[in-house]
Amino acid sequence: MNAKIVLTLIITGWGSAVQPQGYAGLGTEAEGFAIPQRGHRLTFPEDHGPHPDFRIEWWYLTANLEGADGRDYGIQWTLFRSALAPGEGSGWQSPQIWMAHAAVTAPDQHLFAERIARGGIGQAGVTSQPFTAWIDSWQMSSTGKSLDNLTLTASGETFSYDLKLTADGPLVLHGENGYSVKSASGQASYYYSQPHYQVTGALALPDGAVEVTGHGWLDREWSSQPLAEDQSGWDWFSLSFESGAKLMGFVLRGESGDFTSGTWISADGTAEPLEPGAFQAEALESSDVQGRSIPTRWSARLPEKGVSVEVQALNPQSWMGTSFSYWEGPVSVTGSHTGKGYLEMTGYE
Amino acid sequence: MIRAALAAILSHWRRHPLQLATLIIGLALATGLWSAVQAINGKARASYARAAEQLGTAGADRLVPDSGSIALRQYADLRRAGWSLAPVLEGTVRFGRQSFDIMGIDLLSHPLVANLATAAEQDGALPLDALLPPGRFFAHPVTAAELAAAQQKHPVTPTDALPRGLLVADLSLASRLLKQPDTLSYLLVLPNQVPGLIPLTELARNLSRVTAQTAASDTARLTDSFHLNLTAFGLLSFAVGLFIVQGTITLSLEQRRGLIRTLRGLGVPMQVLAGLFAAELAVVALIAGAAGLAGGYLVAAALLPDVNATLAGLYGAPVDGSLSLRPGWVLSGLAMALGGTFLAGAKALFDMWRMPLLAAPATRARGQQAARSHLLSAGGGAACILAGFATLATFQGLVAGFFFLGGLMLGAALVLPLLIAAGLRLGARLARRPYAEWLWADTRAQLPGMSLALMALLLALATNIGVGTMVSSFRLTFLGWLDQRLSAEVYVTAATDAQGAELARWLEEQGITVLPIRRNDLRFKGAPLRIYGVVDDATYRENWPLLEALPQVWDRLAAGEAVLVNEQLARRHDLAPGGRIKLETGWELTIAGVYSDYGNPNGQAIVALDQLLARTPGVPNRQFGLRLPPAEVPQLIRKVRKQFEIPRENIIDQANLKARSLAVFDRTFVITAALNLLTLGVAAFAMLTSLLTLWSQRLPQLAPVWAMGLSRRQLAATEVLRSLLLAAITAVLALPLGLILAWALLSVINVEAFGWKLPMHVFPGDWLRLFLLALLAAVVAAALPARRLSRLDPAELLKVFANER
Repeated sequence: MNAKIVLTLIITGWGSAVQPQGYAGLGTEAEGFAIPQRGHRLTFPEDHGPHPDFRIEWWYLTANLEGADGRDYGIQWTLFRSALAPGEGSGWQSPQIWMAHAAVTAPDQHLFAERIARGGIGQAGVTSQPFTAWIDSWQMSSTGKSLDNLTLTASGETFSYDLKLTADGPLVLHGENGYSVKSASGQASYYYSQPHYQVTGALALPDGAVEVTGHGWLDREWSSQPLAEDQSGWDWFSLSFESGAKLMGFVLRGESGDFTSGTWISADGTAEPLEPGAFQAEALESSDVQGRSIPTRWSARLPEKGVSVEVQALNPQSWMGTSFSYWEGPVSVTGSHTGKGYLEMTGYE
Repeated sequence: MIRAALAAILSHWRRHPLQLATLIIGLALATGLWSAVQAINGKARASYARAAEQLGTAGADRLVPDSGSIALRQYADLRRAGWSLAPVLEGTVRFGRQSFDIMGIDLLSHPLVANLATAAEQDGALPLDALLPPGRFFAHPVTAAELAAAQQKHPVTPTDALPRGLLVADLSLASRLLKQPDTLSYLLVLPNQVPGLIPLTELARNLSRVTAQTAASDTARLTDSFHLNLTAFGLLSFAVGLFIVQGTITLSLEQRRGLIRTLRGLGVPMQVLAGLFAAELAVVALIAGAAGLAGGYLVAAALLPDVNATLAGLYGAPVDGSLSLRPGWVLSGLAMALGGTFLAGAKALFDMWRMPLLAAPATRARGQQAARSHLLSAGGGAACILAGFATLATFQGLVAGFFFLGGLMLGAALVLPLLIAAGLRLGARLARRPYAEWLWADTRAQLPGMSLALMALLLALATNIGVGTMVSSFRLTFLGWLDQRLSAEVYVTAATDAQGAELARWLEEQGITVLPIRRNDLRFKGAPLRIYGVVDDATYRENWPLLEALPQVWDRLAAGEAVLVNEQLARRHDLAPGGRIKLETGWELTIAGVYSDYGNPNGQAIVALDQLLARTPGVPNRQFGLRLPPAEVPQLIRKVRKQFEIPRENIIDQANLKARSLAVFDRTFVITAALNLLTLGVAAFAMLTSLLTLWSQRLPQLAPVWAMGLSRRQLAATEVLRSLLLAAITAVLALPLGLILAWALLSVINVEAFGWKLPMHVFPGDWLRLFLLALLAAVVAAALPARRLSRLDPAELLKVFANER
């Protein structure tokens, strides 16, 4: 796909004239884009919609599912918005570019697809009232203004899925009321989640259709330079324990040391931001994935909550070979707590 | 034995070097012209294919609107239905005095993008600037240089990956320049679609899917006629060349009869002899074929610039670069030479095979045999002509037209000997003196040997008359049309819309009638359609070249209720005054008239200016036709240039513009004229070889006449006279054939190829010139044998009585 080449060029700085900084250009200067402000209050449903003055934004849904065939599955549905310049224009003059990734992961199978679209012409976008996020025929939409009831569809050449999501808990604002710090030097993003989805629906796979049920987690994040210049990638965990509690934790890997942060979400949905360094993750075992060595078994610890678990990839080959490539897949959790979750690792070249 | 026999056979050529030269030249001519045409066609076709490939359209089907353009909204809807499509917006933009074709693509979805990204990287372009204002163009290095000279606002990335004459830009820039933010020209259907989608036939009933092949062959379809034309010329020359070869081979075997008899008497088997002659022919064919290929390559290289000019002028088809030597071309050329030689030599070899060991030549007997074969050939000819007419009556299209022409020409050639024989018989009946009687009878006796050369002459003359009449008629019509079409005294182009508006205001203040020339490009049933908006002015009412029209055509047009269409559009879609045409969704008008529009391959329409502006408010307003007394033209041009700083080339008077148009027209037909002349030359050469062939066989008949008292000089004059007689009869017969050919070219071929029908004009002066040229060729061809005859040693003539052979 030629569009891949282009998007990679766009995201990483077209050609060699501009050296890419950080993963997928996320460390570049803000150049007229809006910057997240500490103390800003998020308002809903408006903030479910797009923020074209910020450079980058995503609607990121992952779900751990169990099939009627007894197998474990994971699905991913992600819509990225990337602005070439701040603001919106009409028609082809819009500087907004949209990109989406969808994947289905089973222990022995990882299928993915990608869509790229121009903003401004109706091919892709997000509206907040009622909430609909779409690109081509892929769609995440709500019947109302909230994100509590969603339908989700995506299709690639080899798979498709059609799922219903119902939230049974509140939105979770990360960091300081949604202001999430991403480096010691102060880079930050706006970041909130809906981690409480019950999911039902069907996957269409090359071997046939599978009815599935499970749990889903939606992340919403936007920023203009979420990474510091020396940060090259991240390891991001979203873990749902059988106790009902959940843990979101990430490690931003940088030349001048790693930066970790996260949120502890109790069974009742109350969120507690974690101090930098509180969450710790250590790679235990790596797998050879597409010629790269990528950690697929981790030790994750949050001493203040007594969490010391081992996180194991359901399928170590969950490589997203998309325009910018990364590892994303379902994981199982054992140790002090048991459960399931999703792991995302970027910047492994 | 074989060696000795071969040496004996080949020794013939040492004694007859001119004959060998004739054989080789004839064959080389045949192969050369044919190969030249093949090389040109191959080059052009490769260019079209490359252009299609470069535009990334190879392999991808297109969705084209049945009329008008595609709404951007519909593209988004189809995308949301899951179809993977790449949008394209086409049009022309003007920078300075130059127009450029522009193709707007979505840089995120079009297959072409990989190439462009690489080019931009090599160009050191900054990231993203192709998507953000001011935008970036991509173009072939030559076009890029032209564009960079014409404007500086938008950077240009040169790339060999694009064909010449085309600008590619992201849709953000293209839609801005074309002022079409909400419309698209067509959609490419990308490979790798998701399974289970709702079919496009249900989703988009207003769009037709054109397969990749059809789309890519758009240019090829347009230019087919041209290539078919060239091929016809090539085949004609090849056939005429073979006549020469046939004559020479027959002669060489005829002259070696004694030798053959001697060799067979010495015990060389017929099989071995035949094998040796075949080998001799093969070697000659390969040598001549190679020479022909070399010549053909040179001819093709010399003609290519004119061919390119023709293709660009008539069809807007880009052909660039120079010829390359393809192995397939070399092989096919040699194969044609070899095959042609054996075809031409087959009869002579067969005759030799069947020749009784002790047979003596008996011309009269052969002549009687020939009379029967004349009837047979005429019957075949009549059948060919009938088949031609039947094809024309039954089938439509270019190929049917060429079939008709082929049948007509071949048939006429086959009927020719019978007609000439009839003419000669008539002449013989009128003859009173013995000498005259002998002349007629002898000429008839020579007819079998001459008939192929005469057929060649007939074809060459008829082609000359036909093609000449076509080109001259076209030129005359074109001139008249230019007078009508270019009725304004001055044409001026402003640099910007603002300058255009200011200019128009200023001109009107000077009391000059200003006719704005404003247009918009749409697509109609998948093909480009240019719509002009005109103001209501006497200039149009009095001058516009209407072919058919409803009453009050201009009133209807001015009222905004009607449209004029050009002849091409009308013929292509069967439109006629009184009918309706849907230019775009919701824009349907009555056709009030059809006008002629030569030299333009595409459809065109004219509406009232307010109508055009209501539909597409943003069309540029930079070109104007000005009406003023011709005497004031130079002064006005000076004033306008002084007042507005308009460059010289952007303000042009009528005479200048006409001269330019005619120059383009004439250049377009250079290739035709060149091929015409070459064919005639080959035909004259064929006459020469035939006469040379005959002359040596004629001694047995001439000797008795000489013995009866006719001097050698008189005999020589007779030779020339006979040649003139035959050529004259042929030329007279060629005239009606040429006129039918011209009619077919003007009324059948042109309509199919270009979509316009031209009135036929006749040029008797040209015919007279051609008639004299044919006589000249006959005299030149007969001169050499006649000269030999007049200087022939009487002993040679006496020998006839002594020598049995």
